[in-house]
Amino acid sequence: MILILFIVILMVAGILAWMVARTSETLARWISLSALLVTFGLSVYVWKYQSSLEGQWIAQFILPWIPSFGISFSLALDGLSLLMLMLTFFLGIFSVLISWNEIKERVGFFHFNLLWVLAGITGVFLTMDLFLFYFFWEVMLIPMYFLIGIWGHENRRYAAFKFFIFTQASGLLMLLAILGLYFIHGGQTGIFTFDYFQLLDTDLSLDVARWLMLGFLAAFIVKLPVVPFHTWLPDAHSQAPTAGSLILAGLLLKTGAYGLIRFVVPLFPEASAEIAPWAMLLGVVGILYGASLAYAQTDLKRLVAYTSVSHMGFVILGVFAFNEIAMQGVVMQIITHGISTGALFVIAGTIYERIHMRDISAMSGLWKKAPFMGTVGLVFVLASLGLPGLGNFVAEFLTLIGTWPASHVLTILATIGIVLATAYSLRLMQKVFLEKTEESRSFTDFSLREKIIVIPMVVLIIWLGLFPQPVMNTVKKLIANQFNTEETIIIESDDDGVQ
Amino acid sequence: MEFSNINIIDVLPGMFLVTASLLAVLSIAIKRNHKLIFGLTSGSLLAVFVYLLVYASDHQFTVEPLFVIDGFGTFVTGLIVMSSLAVSLLSYAYFEQREERKEEYYILLLLATLGSDMLVISKHFVSLFLGLEILSISLYAMVAYLRKRPRSDEAGIKYLILAALSSAFLLFGMALIYATVGSMEFKDIGNYLGSVSNLPITMFAGFGLMTVGIGFKLGLVPFHMWTPDVYEGAPAPVTAFIASVSKGGMVVLLVRFFGEINGQNYPVIVLSFSIIAIASMFTGNFLALRQSNVKRILAYSSIAHLGYLMVAFLAGGSLGTEAVCFYLVIYFLTNIGAFGVIAILSDHERDAENLDDYRGLFWRHPKIATVFTAMLLSLAGIPLTGGFIGKYYLITSGIGADLLLLIGTLVVNSVIGLYYYIKIIAVMFDKAEGSETIALRPRLYIINLVTLFVLTALMIWYGIYPQGLIDRIRDFLQ
Repeated sequence: MILILFIVILMVAGILAWMVARTSETLARWISLSALLVTFGLSVYVWKYQSSLEGQWIAQFILPWIPSFGISFSLALDGLSLLMLMLTFFLGIFSVLISWNEIKERVGFFHFNLLWVLAGITGVFLTMDLFLFYFFWEVMLIPMYFLIGIWGHENRRYAAFKFFIFTQASGLLMLLAILGLYFIHGGQTGIFTFDYFQLLDTDLSLDVARWLMLGFLAAFIVKLPVVPFHTWLPDAHSQAPTAGSLILAGLLLKTGAYGLIRFVVPLFPEASAEIAPWAMLLGVVGILYGASLAYAQTDLKRLVAYTSVSHMGFVILGVFAFNEIAMQGVVMQIITHGISTGALFVIAGTIYERIHMRDISAMSGLWKKAPFMGTVGLVFVLASLGLPGLGNFVAEFLTLIGTWPASHVLTILATIGIVLATAYSLRLMQKVFLEKTEESRSFTDFSLREKIIVIPMVVLIIWLGLFPQPVMNTVKKLIANQFNTEETIIIESDDDGVQ
Repeated sequence: MEFSNINIIDVLPGMFLVTASLLAVLSIAIKRNHKLIFGLTSGSLLAVFVYLLVYASDHQFTVEPLFVIDGFGTFVTGLIVMSSLAVSLLSYAYFEQREERKEEYYILLLLATLGSDMLVISKHFVSLFLGLEILSISLYAMVAYLRKRPRSDEAGIKYLILAALSSAFLLFGMALIYATVGSMEFKDIGNYLGSVSNLPITMFAGFGLMTVGIGFKLGLVPFHMWTPDVYEGAPAPVTAFIASVSKGGMVVLLVRFFGEINGQNYPVIVLSFSIIAIASMFTGNFLALRQSNVKRILAYSSIAHLGYLMVAFLAGGSLGTEAVCFYLVIYFLTNIGAFGVIAILSDHERDAENLDDYRGLFWRHPKIATVFTAMLLSLAGIPLTGGFIGKYYLITSGIGADLLLLIGTLVVNSVIGLYYYIKIIAVMFDKAEGSETIALRPRLYIINLVTLFVLTALMIWYGIYPQGLIDRIRDFLQ
């Protein structure tokens, strides 16, 4: 029951916020904020209570929806979904806070879209019915389109268009694959259903599985994104309003990663094993390509966007390494990247709010005027380059350890990507916060509201860097289940803290 | 035909429509009153619908040799009647503020509804042709109804000439088939086809010529040339009618005819319809991309949508028929809604058809823009709207029948289609202020708005909870 609450609260609050905005815009903001606080509270409560449970699944909720097609409104929560949900609501709170002053026009409609994107994302992370999954996959698309297209920067229309067409086209391929699976399963068993757990047992010939997997893969690697399907991302990220960039980088990309872990690998184990070397190669290409392009950017938001391309390379690399430790790394990467990149977009957004530019060659010496912002910036820049003690290090380190047995060459190349990350991260730091200060320009440090946003993020990224174990324990059952038939590398996962 | 066997209550819908149109004629002869005639039209349409709900839903019978009144026919008749009702609601406000004499329009509307209704229940060439002609001749006049507009005239004449030509093709095709089979009943044609091993050349030619006639009515490529011009020139409510009722009736007829003759068994027929379907999808969508006139965009989109519908039609079987029914419901709702929006925004001189008329609409008239956005998203097949479930139904029926090429084309085209639907939406959400286009008096405005809201609500309801409609369709089809 609690599962449906997550979605319903967000959707209802979205409609409410839209309606009350006519009388009071502040009230609309408070409604969105409290809805997200409540859902976040609920998810933390579930997290507290889940550790005592046996088995992978924490909660389930099923209602028949369109029985004549075997479609049910089926939600289920396991450790992975739970972590993703907590991340969603956590970043959701900040996306409302960050737009508190930034969004001044059509406030109600903005919050409606914001909450519905989050509701769609929540649905994607929870649903165990493939039809419903596609449904939510699309539900998060339209509001995001509006967020970029209405409140974005100067080139918003083009960016929104591109984002929409890319994701929609790839989504349709996934729909075809879902339908293919549905019919094959129905033909074999006589039960036509979209239920994830039943479809898991479908008997597929390798040839068919290969095609169906490509359909799923199309949707997920566009969303992730994997080079060469990444071109929508820099545009969408740089043109979106700050809250939009935060959600895009922090959450929407993660739905692709989640899809790979939840659907592609379990549904098509042989086919994905077959494609794994290529997928990992693409991952490495993404790491290196994203990092080198990030180094070349002058637009601050575009730079951060390309770092996402680079970091998401680790996700696909880890997923297709097929072992427990790499998978743990991927989950960590999903969370830490969500926080660190989200925070960088928050910083970019606050800078833009103050001086109305995103060109890093024109900024310099902001540290002197805004030391607090500089410090926070430094933390997340360091996180992004993978400094030990911060969450991203754990994630990338685990991924690389896991990848090593799968391919030595690719692991080495991916490690070079971390070196490149150092280069672009330090350049970012240097250009924005250091060098000589232009005295004439007025620039204020973080306000209290902005501090409320960044401090929890800093705390969390450090906490994840020092104590990643609770996160790993949460997804342990899922990952153990996935690899119970395959050879896994036995590692001591009992010791707390940094490796 | 033995009239003595016909129970008058069974054929009431047709009787009702005929009587209503006669009454309308008489009332004009006595005194012109727009409100009265509008009330009469809506009332009779509603009465037919109530009759269908109460009585016809569990009465199946045939009127030999012309008509078959089965669940399928009854369902679509209900749909047609309700669509006409929606069109007449939209028309009232639209014509009320125009100079021309408005009353005759409703006679034509009733007759066109009658023609379409006859099409969906006919099982004989004669009733087919009668229905088609009643429908077409009413439409000629409806398209050119606003005589002061040059484009309306142009559209009317274009429609008249091309439709007459296509009727001639249809007639010639029927004649050839009749010459071979010796009967004009669909069932006899089916039996004859079952008894011969090869398709005789005359039959082949007959089917080919009929395809031209039918393809024209449906606006399928390569018989689609009239569609954009007529859509653009006709008054917005009439366009809504052409897009929904007129095309829908023909689709149902085609499904029925195909079912009777087991068209799926003839590779030649299937191949030619597949080519037509694929060509329609691509042509419709590609030509829509470059348009800046909303009516023309919707015209090309309807060409593509009919192409989509062909997938379910070719799939055949009970799933295919269900899919056709479901898709028609959604397609009617969406098209009438979309053209209703155009109607509500139109002023005295011209229809709101330029993309610029919609610039910033969302900030000026959020309600109308929301309705239009919902309709466009439904046409694009985005979840939460009926259009998505409809398209899903089509794909399901297609995959069930192994029409992989058609399904692939459908999917590719859905993506192409997105571009121009989103283009309109993007314009509506543009921050720039556009020109003020609403000139309706408040009371009329309310009627239209309520109609549009009902259409949107239904469309979204069927998108969220399609099971009710699916069950209803299955009940009727049994």
